[in-house]
Amino acid sequence: MENTELKSVLETLLFITDRPLPIGQLCKVLGESDAGRIGSMIDELKSDYASRSASVQILEIAEGFQMATRPEHAAFVRKLYADKMTLKLSSAALETLSIIAYKQPLTRAEIEQIRGVEVIAALETLLEKRLVRVVGRKETVGRPLLYGTTPEFLRHFGLKSLSEMPPIESFRPSPAQDPPPAAEPAEASLASQNPEGA
Amino acid sequence: MTPVVKDYEVHLEMFEGPLDLLLFLIKKNDLDIYDIPISQITQEYLSYLDLMKDLNLEVAGEFLVLASTLMQIKARTLLPSQDSEEEGPDPREELVAKLVEYQKYKEAAKFLEARAERFKDVFYRGSPHFSDEEKTLSIGVFDLLATLREVLDRAEEGGMEVAGEEFPIEDKMRKILHLLESRPYVFFKDIFQDERKRLAILTCFLALLELIKLQKVFARQDGPFAEILIYRKEAPASAEGGIDHGEHGTQERP
Repeated sequence: MENTELKSVLETLLFITDRPLPIGQLCKVLGESDAGRIGSMIDELKSDYASRSASVQILEIAEGFQMATRPEHAAFVRKLYADKMTLKLSSAALETLSIIAYKQPLTRAEIEQIRGVEVIAALETLLEKRLVRVVGRKETVGRPLLYGTTPEFLRHFGLKSLSEMPPIESFRPSPAQDPPPAAEPAEASLASQNPEGA
Repeated sequence: MTPVVKDYEVHLEMFEGPLDLLLFLIKKNDLDIYDIPISQITQEYLSYLDLMKDLNLEVAGEFLVLASTLMQIKARTLLPSQDSEEEGPDPREELVAKLVEYQKYKEAAKFLEARAERFKDVFYRGSPHFSDEEKTLSIGVFDLLATLREVLDRAEEGGMEVAGEEFPIEDKMRKILHLLESRPYVFFKDIFQDERKRLAILTCFLALLELIKLQKVFARQDGPFAEILIYRKEAPASAEGGIDHGEHGTQERP
């Protein structure tokens, strides 16, 4: 396919897809064997959009490419979809999710071992939001279900792939490193929120 | 004391577990996780369990398991350690290892939260996922409990136990919503300003939890151990008629 046409078809595919398209799939659909050519064409489209401040952008996300809106217009998108708002994840759900992301595949009992508390409710939320899925069964007594993360998980957190997560050991806080209660900044921001006083 | 309201139960394990409470106490008291003063921490841990029972918060079995582990460690430190070699793994070491491990995932959860925050304004075709940052409790249950304890310390001690009906939760809910009618938020402690009786304070606290659950208000804290603020939640456009409190005309946001 000639360059201008290829670029145009590529743009069409990125426009119409409702999930991130991996480069391999784009190659297949376009009948193009040179993944590098597709890659540089995506880069071209990206800079085209940027140079004319287009209303959408092309993002590399969840092991593929997809068009997305720009943050500046978020308020209007929210208004349009006011009835479809989803809940923000609770800290219990986020912690459960981070354990799954790093240790997958693993069973519910293994998650509970780390969290020290039942995770049924959190796990249900994550399954319902399709951030987590059943990926198999552990070959052990009772053959418990194994859980892992989904492409939607990557998209929700703006990750290109799981390898973009920092290594878990990097989160080890060294002892006594916690900052003392931040009295001053807290006070300052309270003051700015509350001009008329308490 | 008997629970304030029998049929009101908050399922705490939805929010946090015993390891959270322990980490919370360690941070609050500025302690070294590798060198926990076991006697002090056990006492505080148990006092929080008592408070949770007073509030009729459902205390999950795991909280009691950890309590017994703490007491086991405490007992060990008091006993002469001549036969310690026979007793298998040191429960203290095990607990510290568990806390350290858990803390890593707590930090990782914060990383994920920050990522979600960065990408919350970007939408894709197909299943748009929006995060409504105001819908969940943005501070920990233990932060709320710690502040409640401060308020309770100022409550009138002793006196007669008053029957629960004298302080219906509904009244306190109305009171909190009324406070929020003329302004977007109040200080957590201000909610209890005119309350003297311990039971009234506890009821007020439960009313607050109920309002948070009903998503009529939400709680915010700007930093660790900073003042807690209670905000009125704007009625969502799609839920007209569902909420009959507060003024809908104002658009101020925190």
